Amino acid sequence: MRPYDYSRATEPLAAVQAVTTPAPAHVLAPIQYMGGGTNLIDLMKLDVMRPDGVVDIKQVGGETYRQVRQTQDGLRIGAMLTMAELADNALIARDYPVLRDGLWKAASAQLRNMARLGGNVLQRTRCPYFRDVTYRECNKREPGSGCAAQDGHNRIHAVLGGSEQCIATYAGDWGQTLIALDAVVEVLGSAGPRSLRFADLHRKPVNDPHIETTLTPGELITGFLIPGGPWPRSSYVKVRDRESYAFANASAAVALRMEGDVAQEIRIALGGMTTTPWRASRAEAMLRGNRITEEVLWTAAEAEFADARPLEHNAFKVPLGKATLVRGVLETMAMEV
Amino acid sequence: MKDDFFELSRRGLLSGGVAAASAATVLRAGPAKAQADDAAVNDQPRLQDITLTVNGEQRRMAVDTRMSLSDLLRERLGLRGTKVGCDMGQCGACTVHIDGKRELSCLTPAVAAARREVTTIEGLAGTAGLHPMQQAFIDNDAFQCGYCTPGQIMSAVACVDEGHARTDAEIREYMSGNLCRCAAYPNIVAAINQARSSMERG
Repeated sequence: MRPYDYSRATEPLAAVQAVTTPAPAHVLAPIQYMGGGTNLIDLMKLDVMRPDGVVDIKQVGGETYRQVRQTQDGLRIGAMLTMAELADNALIARDYPVLRDGLWKAASAQLRNMARLGGNVLQRTRCPYFRDVTYRECNKREPGSGCAAQDGHNRIHAVLGGSEQCIATYAGDWGQTLIALDAVVEVLGSAGPRSLRFADLHRKPVNDPHIETTLTPGELITGFLIPGGPWPRSSYVKVRDRESYAFANASAAVALRMEGDVAQEIRIALGGMTTTPWRASRAEAMLRGNRITEEVLWTAAEAEFADARPLEHNAFKVPLGKATLVRGVLETMAMEV
Repeated sequence: MKDDFFELSRRGLLSGGVAAASAATVLRAGPAKAQADDAAVNDQPRLQDITLTVNGEQRRMAVDTRMSLSDLLRERLGLRGTKVGCDMGQCGACTVHIDGKRELSCLTPAVAAARREVTTIEGLAGTAGLHPMQQAFIDNDAFQCGYCTPGQIMSAVACVDEGHARTDAEIREYMSGNLCRCAAYPNIVAAINQARSSMERG
């Protein structure tokens, strides 16, 4: 690991002002925030991330960024809560099970005690070519260098949302549950606070995979807003190579409001096979307001994967992804609420 | 001397103390190529003074910011009970308690543990003898080679304290961050069940 300066921030604005330098690629930004450090320190050991300074933000904002509360606008969740803290929150378990499931099915108990929610949604891909700097080809690390995964070992890569430039899978789980619930991200920059739709946070890797999010240098995620809840009939299905402590091969976050067999409102998001948290808008449009049967679910799943671009080793994710979508909705319909 | 000279505050930034240092490093950092050209400067260790509490005892020392808490425990304090398996946060062998929560000491920079309370396997047993979880691992033969065992035990104690050890399935789920290459898993589950009963009786 390369030497770096470590500092702690408690005042939000001080933190934000310390991190303002643009970088050639997001991953190479010279000053990095550190919450739990579970992703950052790992990537620094691998020499993928090489910050000259690390600003520890675990205590930034004190309790302000560590609250869960219902407001007029919706449920507000502080970004400095750990994954474990929100997963074990009784209100979340009762009213937003999909938010809880997306957390406890991720990582391990130790990592969930360390990782903060704000950092969780920004975690970086597990693409092995991104993580191994002996491969020069990685458009995320080195703009314009190519993508070794296209004809490499691409079993864990995305079948939706990729391009010739990058097919790195978005590795997180909780992001899928946020995009399903139309979450809003609250950020603080040197110019003050702003909010954006969670759906607009991650950028699809079209021409410039090295620019991973729409955040500007120094912007700090301070919280999340979930409008229009509660969603007691909601869940997150995660399919993986082993039953626990593994990244998804396919996942589905589902939230439903049913009137008998009819879906008055339906939200579906997919993960494990997409380059960003993926809202299954096509499938939703075919299902919303309609009677839900397994048959119509399969039809909707077909439509959602119509543009899937499988490669040599990840073609299994297309049928697996469709089945996960169908299963996610069926299991959520069957929940006793 | 206080150990918080590296604290960032708005006042510090505005008055130029920390700000000057930050600006200098920002200018020097730049893209990766510039870093490589500047390797001689960048290879210098950057030391910081920290104070932390380990097994109830306050410790103060200067550490390289790159040093992990696991290396500090093992190499600087001689507490070799904490094991390093993968050194990448994947195996759980380095699990310790930080402010009462199980965390991975290999992914925790020692500087980030400043002013926090760390408990290692060496600090688990009380004056009255082994912790019930340690005894339960012995009683249930919950290890073979033993390398992952300190991490397993630290994780297991926290698992019970968190209330995530109510069923075998829950124990397996909430202990999945501790790998055991000898596959002593059934015995580990049995040990946790045994210890949970005695821990709950207090």
